[in-house]
Amino acid sequence: MPEDNTRKPAIKFLFATGPSINTRLLVAVIASIALLVAEHESPRLDWLRASLSVLVDPLKYVVDLPFTFAERAGASINSYENLKFDNERLRAEQLVQQTRLLKLEALEKENIRLRALLENSFKLGEQVLIAELLSVNTVPYEHIVTVNKGTRFGVHTQQPVFDANGVVGQVFRALPLTSDIMLITDPNHAIPVQINRNGLLTIAVGSGQINRLTLPFLPGNADIKPGDLLITSGLGGTFPQGYPVAVVDEFPSQLGKPFANITATPSAQLDRNRELMIVWSNSSPIPLATPKPAKPAGKQPDQQTEPAPAHE
Amino acid sequence: MSNPNYGTGKIIVTFLLAMCLRILPLPASLEIYNPDWVLLFLIYWSLAVPERVGIFYAWTFGLLTDVLTGRLIGQHALTYSLVSYMCLKLHKRIRQFPLVQQALFVFFSLLLSQLLLFLVKNLQHPAQLQSAFWLPVISGTLVWPLVSTLLRFVRLARPLKH
Repeated sequence: MPEDNTRKPAIKFLFATGPSINTRLLVAVIASIALLVAEHESPRLDWLRASLSVLVDPLKYVVDLPFTFAERAGASINSYENLKFDNERLRAEQLVQQTRLLKLEALEKENIRLRALLENSFKLGEQVLIAELLSVNTVPYEHIVTVNKGTRFGVHTQQPVFDANGVVGQVFRALPLTSDIMLITDPNHAIPVQINRNGLLTIAVGSGQINRLTLPFLPGNADIKPGDLLITSGLGGTFPQGYPVAVVDEFPSQLGKPFANITATPSAQLDRNRELMIVWSNSSPIPLATPKPAKPAGKQPDQQTEPAPAHE
Repeated sequence: MSNPNYGTGKIIVTFLLAMCLRILPLPASLEIYNPDWVLLFLIYWSLAVPERVGIFYAWTFGLLTDVLTGRLIGQHALTYSLVSYMCLKLHKRIRQFPLVQQALFVFFSLLLSQLLLFLVKNLQHPAQLQSAFWLPVISGTLVWPLVSTLLRFVRLARPLKH
């Protein structure tokens, strides 16, 4: 072991015991390269990362502590007036949401019936886990954030992550105590979307700027207008269908270009939110029993929360 | 320093501090300047107490840094081991240098490390080299006198009398 000579007086180092530093370097380099190759080729080192992360991840909580504390302190000295105002606003908001939800449930059932007529399967039911952002910055240049929920809470890779306004990103790496989330604006991220107005399918790619997505695969004559809402198309299977992603920005006329140069602004507040929702989609579509197509809808619990999938 | 075992806790605590500094959430305009604190601390300890902090420390804390920053496991371990080796080989000479010349050595060490990290990143998937990528090397060189002075203070501090 390289550290053996710490047990002996320092002067002994001149007559080094144990392997020479050349040998030690060789061993270290070979071990590093072996690890690099092994992890690059396959996910078989995930256990190593997971177990080492248990040692290291508490540091993230330590770094986050003053920020959380400052926020809590700020919240606790909120004035009575502010609280009252907030409370009223939230109450009003909740009332509106509740009414909309009532309508949504009716619509959802209607949708299931209609799809049953088309002999189409229907996916519904999502379960969410609220995770809080840790104020750490692990890598510059990449839009990856760390949250305080990990595999201990059943989080796994490729889960979609939302906030109250839209899609935030997906779980990129789940560790026992924390998980890393790649935002939709990361240059390495692409999300299949469709235009809500006409259903046109395309892919939104991260631009590397926190408030921009690019739409590089649209032809110059595509039917797209500034202000169009982009929603998830559900293709690719990672993101459930129908959640808002971004709003198309103003752009100059694209005539005469083979590919349009269009950008969009994410609906989610990527740089402001501290609370994110990690989503479990019910991956098994509700089977449509041929005699009574509308039956699955009748079985649903009539709660305001989304029906939780049984397997999670 | 009569007891060679004295101070291991100190060294490890400073490394943990360096790892915290590494992931400090700085504002976006400053985050590109955040230097590789773990490597700076490693260079200091390898030069100051080479009989204690060597390639084993470098490799271990490199591995932990890989996990901390979510990079491919082994890249920081590799670069830290190489830099530590350079320090061990040259420590007798570099310890005699004035601080400015030491900073020059630190500059080249940080440059080597950043270059290797870029190579690994490029092997994973072709990456483009931004000029901002080299900023941590320069900021690291600039904070070296500070790191060196503070860690010297930590190293020579007497333990509290019981």
